[in-house]
Amino acid sequence: MIIGPIGFAAPWLLLALLALPILWIILRAVPPAPIRRRFPGVALLLGLKDDDSVTDRTPWWLLLLRMLAVAAVIIGLAGPVLNPQQDRQPGSGPVLIVMDGGWPGAQDWTSRAELADRLLAEAGREGRPTAILRLTAPEEAAFQSADLWRARIAGLAPQPWTPTADMIARATEVLPEGGFETLWFTDGLMIDGRDALLAALEARGPVRVFASGRSPVALLPAVYQDGALRLAARRAEAGAAQDLTIAAHGLDPSGTPRILANLPLRFETGETEALTEASLPAELRARITRFEIEGLRSAGAVALSDDSLSRREVALVAGREDREGLELLSPLHYLRQALAPNADLLEGGISDVLPANPDVIILADVATLSPSEEEALLEWTDAGGLLLRFAGPRLAASEVSRTEEHPLMPVRLRAGGRTVGGAMSWGDPKTLAAFPEDSPFFGLPIPDDVTVTAQVMAQPDPTLADRVIAQLTDGTPLVTRKPIGQGQVVLIHVTANAEWSSLPLSGLFVRMLDRLAVSSAGQGMDAADLEGTTWQPLTVLDGMGRVQDAQTLPGVDGAALLTGALGPDLRPGLYDGGERRLARNTVSADSVLQPASWPSRIPVEGLNRPEETPLTGWLLAAALALLLADVIASLALSGRLMGARAAVILLVAMSALPNDAAASDDFAIAATTELKLGHIVTGDPRLDETALAGLRGLSETLFFRTSVEPGAPMSVNLETDEIGLFPFLYWPVTPDQPTPSAEAYEKLNRYLRSGGMILFDTRDADVAGFGAASPNGRKLQQLAAPLDIPALEPIPEDHVITRTFYLLQDFPGRHTARDVWVEAAPADAEQIEGMPFRNLNDGVTPVVIGGNDWAAAWAMDERGNALYPVGRGFGGERQRELAFRFGVNLVMHVLTGNYKSDQVHVPALLDRLGQ
Amino acid sequence: MTQTQPLTLRARAEAEAARFPPLLARAEHLAGTVLLGEHGRRRAGQGDDFWQYRPVQQGDPVRMIDWRRSARGDTQFVREREWQIAQSVMLWVDQAASMRFSSDPNLPEKADRARLLALAIAVLLVRGGERVGLTGTTLPPRRGNAQLLRLAEMFSRDDDTDYGIPESRAMIPQARAMFVSDFLSDIAPIEAALTKAADRGVRGLLLQVLDPAEEAFPFQGRTIFQSVGGTLAHETLKAGDLRGRYLARLAERKAALADLCAATGWQYQCHHTDAAAQAALLWVWRALERGAGT
Repeated sequence: MIIGPIGFAAPWLLLALLALPILWIILRAVPPAPIRRRFPGVALLLGLKDDDSVTDRTPWWLLLLRMLAVAAVIIGLAGPVLNPQQDRQPGSGPVLIVMDGGWPGAQDWTSRAELADRLLAEAGREGRPTAILRLTAPEEAAFQSADLWRARIAGLAPQPWTPTADMIARATEVLPEGGFETLWFTDGLMIDGRDALLAALEARGPVRVFASGRSPVALLPAVYQDGALRLAARRAEAGAAQDLTIAAHGLDPSGTPRILANLPLRFETGETEALTEASLPAELRARITRFEIEGLRSAGAVALSDDSLSRREVALVAGREDREGLELLSPLHYLRQALAPNADLLEGGISDVLPANPDVIILADVATLSPSEEEALLEWTDAGGLLLRFAGPRLAASEVSRTEEHPLMPVRLRAGGRTVGGAMSWGDPKTLAAFPEDSPFFGLPIPDDVTVTAQVMAQPDPTLADRVIAQLTDGTPLVTRKPIGQGQVVLIHVTANAEWSSLPLSGLFVRMLDRLAVSSAGQGMDAADLEGTTWQPLTVLDGMGRVQDAQTLPGVDGAALLTGALGPDLRPGLYDGGERRLARNTVSADSVLQPASWPSRIPVEGLNRPEETPLTGWLLAAALALLLADVIASLALSGRLMGARAAVILLVAMSALPNDAAASDDFAIAATTELKLGHIVTGDPRLDETALAGLRGLSETLFFRTSVEPGAPMSVNLETDEIGLFPFLYWPVTPDQPTPSAEAYEKLNRYLRSGGMILFDTRDADVAGFGAASPNGRKLQQLAAPLDIPALEPIPEDHVITRTFYLLQDFPGRHTARDVWVEAAPADAEQIEGMPFRNLNDGVTPVVIGGNDWAAAWAMDERGNALYPVGRGFGGERQRELAFRFGVNLVMHVLTGNYKSDQVHVPALLDRLGQ
Repeated sequence: MTQTQPLTLRARAEAEAARFPPLLARAEHLAGTVLLGEHGRRRAGQGDDFWQYRPVQQGDPVRMIDWRRSARGDTQFVREREWQIAQSVMLWVDQAASMRFSSDPNLPEKADRARLLALAIAVLLVRGGERVGLTGTTLPPRRGNAQLLRLAEMFSRDDDTDYGIPESRAMIPQARAMFVSDFLSDIAPIEAALTKAADRGVRGLLLQVLDPAEEAFPFQGRTIFQSVGGTLAHETLKAGDLRGRYLARLAERKAALADLCAATGWQYQCHHTDAAAQAALLWVWRALERGAGT
C-alpha cells in the first residue's frame, strides 16, 4: 500500500491505529497508580477528603505522549518505506549491466555510477549474479556476485570516445551465455550497430534502458578565420535555450596555467548548433592550449588547440623588385598565394624585417648580402629561424658559395646551373623522384605534371647526400637543407615562380611549404598531407575531459590521426610531429550528434531514483524516545522524580554519545606542557604502579641533579594515546600482557624511526642469557618481532651512553645483569689514534633492552622514599645510586644524542684554534 | 520456628546486645558535653557543699557556729550547707512502630534519637546522683551505673504497637518525669496520663520528636499513606492538596500538647531529627533543673 511517498510492507497492521481512541479513553479513566508510603503522620490525615477527585486523571499531554508512542510502534511495525520502488518485482536470473561508457555519459557519470551501484545492490539482495559490459571497452563479462562488481564500479570511468561499430560487434560476441536481464545505461547518442546488439540482448531476456535527461553537448575545435576565433558547440537534442560559458585555458606569460578568456555561447531554442566569435590578440591566441565548456565534465566539452591558432610570421624578401607590372613573373607571387591564407606575411628589405623577428624568412633569388645583413641573418637563424632560399638567375650567376660553402647556403653550387628540355638543350624536362624516407616530405604524392626545366646544381661534397631532402629522377638535388644552430637554411634549387619549373603551380608546393613548417599546419590538412608521418601523443584527454600526460603512449600514424576512429589506440589529445603539433579532438566539425531513440517496447527510465528508505527503525526509535520521556514525565507527575534520578536517567541517555576527542586533547596537553617520561601500560596494575613510581623517582633525580626538569610521569596506552609526545618510553615486559594491535605497531615504528627511545625491561635479570628462554624473554621477542629494530649488540665499553652524564661501566637496576643491548655500532667504526673511544652511531639508539628491573630500583613514593629494597645494606644503596645514574645517562642520551661523542673532535678543534 | 533455634537465638541476642553499648557510649558522649556537677536544691539543708552564712538565731546549737567567720566581726554566723537530696526521674520513651521512621537514609529514626536523648539524660542524672528509672513497674528508679545498662537494655526493645501510649502507672509522688514520643497518636490517652501524673505531684517535660518530613509533608500525587505498623492507611489522589490541612492539624496537635503542659505545670518542646541532639539535651537538662525549684 502506498500513501504519498511512503509505502507499507504490512498495511493491515495500521488497523490497530483504530484502537488508539479506545486506549485513550481507558487510559484517561484510570488514574496513575498510587505510591505506597510509610508515614507516621497518617494518624493526623485520617478523615481528610480530597477536594477534587476529578482533576487527578492522567494529564492530556501525557496521554498524547503515550498515544504517539503507541502510534509510532504500530506504524513502525507496519513496515513503512520511503520512496518504495513500486513496480519492482523481485526478478530472477543473472543481470547484465550494459554501459555505453563514452564521453557523452561523463556529464553525469556519478549519478550513473550511483544508480548502477544501487541496482547491483538490489540484485545482490535478490541473490542474482551480475556482470558489467562497457561498449567502449568490451571485455568478456562473467557473471559474478554483485558485491564484486560493486567494488569495481568506482574504478570504471567513461572513455573519451564513443562506441564504434567494431566495438559493438565485439560486445555482441562476448555476451555471456544463457538468459539474463539487461539494464542498459545509454549515453544518449545513437550508436552504429546498436539495433543488432539490442536484438541480441532481447533474445536473452528483458531489456531496460536508463537514460539521462541531459542532452550531450560537444565543443567543436576552434577555427581561426577572418581574424577571429570561431568556436562552435553542438548538442544532440534541440531543446530549450541554453547558455554556456567557454573558458580558454592557457599559460600566462609566467608559464602558469590559467583561464585566459571566457566566451559566452548560447544555444537558441530549437537549435542544435551554437556559434561564438572572439577576436583575441595574436600573442594571447597563441598561448591557448584548450577550450572547455565550463561546468560540463566530458571529453566532448574540451577542444584542444594546436598550431592552427598561432599563425606564423613569414618575411618575404625578393632579389629584384624592378619589374613592375609583371605580376605573374614576380618571384614572390606564388609564395604570397600559398602562404597568405594561414600565415602573416611581411615584405621588405632584410634589415627591415629582421627586427620583427619573423619565424621564417624567404629569400627569393637573393644572391649577395651585405656583411652586416649576413651577420644578422646568421644570428637570427642560429636562434631558431628558418631561412628558405629560392634559386634564380641571379644566384646562378653569382659567385656565392662557389668555391667555399657560404654559411647561409646548404651546399656549394656549380657555376651557371643547367637547363634541360628547353628549346636549346637536349633531353626532356626532369620530374621529381619519390621522396626518401628521412625526408620531411616523405609520403607526399608527386603529381606527374611537375617538371623542372632549369636549376642550380650542387657541387658533390661529402656532406651532400645528408643534405638532400628532395631530388629529381636523375638524382640531382632539388631541395637541400643544413642546420645552423637551432635553425636551418633550406635551398630550393629552382625559382619561386614558374620560370624554371612548374612546381610553384602545383599543390605539392603548398604541401612542401607546410611540411617545412613555413605555413602553419592543421587548417585544411587532409589525410594525404600526413601520409607517412608518425605523431607522438603529448597529452591526451580522458573521458571526463581531464588532460593527462601521454608520453608513454605509442606514436600514431599520420593518416589515421585525422580520420581514424577514436579508440584505445587513438585517443583524443595533442600530437607532436616534429616541427608541428596537431590536436585530435573528440568531436570534429563534421561529427553528428544524433540522439538515441529506442523502440517503444523498451522501457526507458531516468537516472535519478529516490532512494528506498525503510522507516521502521526510525519510528521504533522515536517510540522508545517517547516512552523514555513518558517515564520521566510520569515520575515527575507522581512525585517520584528526584533531581538525582533525573540526572541519572539523563546521564544514561547521554552516555551513548562519544566524547573521546576532548579527552585525547587533554592527554596531549598534559603530555606536552612539560617534558614527561612515559611508560607503556601493561595491564598488570601492580606493575604499572611500579613503573610509574620508578619514572617518578627518575624524574625527581633528574630534576635535582641535572638541567632536565621533567614533570610527573604519565602512563601511556599504546592503543589510544599518542606516543610521539614522549621522548622516552619505559616498557616493562610481562608474559601475559596483550600484544599491541597493528595500528599500535605502526605508531611504534613511526616513533622509533623518528628518534624516540624505548627501554624494554624483562625484569628477570636476563637469567637465561640473551633473553630467550625465560617467559618474559619469549614475550619480548614476540612483542618486538613486528618492530623496526636495527641490529643490536651489548653496550660496548665506549658507547656514548656510558658517559652522557656520569661515567658508568655497569647498568644495574634491582638486578645486576651485565647484558644490556643497544643498537650495534656500524661495522666500519674505528678507533682513532689517541682517542679513548670510537666515533660510533650518529643517532640515538632506538631501543635499549635489558632485564634489570630498573623501575623497581628507581621507584619512589610521593615523599621520595624508596619503595623497593635493592641489594643489602650500603652496597644496595650504592647499587640504587648506580641505577639512578644509568637512568640519568639514558635520558641524557635520549635528549642530547651523541653530543658527548663529539669529544672525539676536541683535538682537531684545539688544533684549529692554534693551540 | 527458626527464631527459637538456639543458634539464631544466640545470633539475635548478640545482635541485640550489640545495640546498646553503642547507644550507651553515644549517650555518654552526648552527656559529656554538658557541664556537670552535683545539682543542689538551691536551699539550705543536708549536704556537703557550702550554701551560705547566716547570723545565729535563737535555738541554734552553739556547735553550729562557724567560729572562723564569726571571729572577723561582732556577729556570730552559722555556716549552712546546701540541701541535697536525690531525685527520682522516671522516663518514658515511645518504643512503638511509629517511632521507627526516618524520611531520609541520612537521618536517624525518631526512636533512635528519642532513646539517645533519654539515655543521655539518664547518664547525666546518674552522674548527678539521681535515681533514674522507667515509668511503670518494669524498671523502678535506682542509682548507679548498672541502672544505665538496664535502661539501655530496655530502650533496645521495640514495641509492636503502632502508636505508643504514655505509661503512667506506679508513678512515684513528687518525682520528675520525662515523656519522649512523637505524640501523634490519639491525644486522649496522653491527656489522661499527664493529668494522672500531675495529680500525683509529678512534674516533668514532654519532648516531641518529629521527622522533618512530618513537618514539611513534601508529597505529591496519588498516594496511599500507611502507618509504620500498617494498621492505619489513608489514600489520597492529590497528596499535595492535603499539605495545608495536614500542617494545620499538626500545629493544632502541638498547641494542644503545649496547652496541656501549661495546665499541668509540665514543659513542652518539639525536637526534629535533623537538628542536633545536643541542643535538645541541653534543653532537657535545663528544663529538669528549672523544674527542681518549684
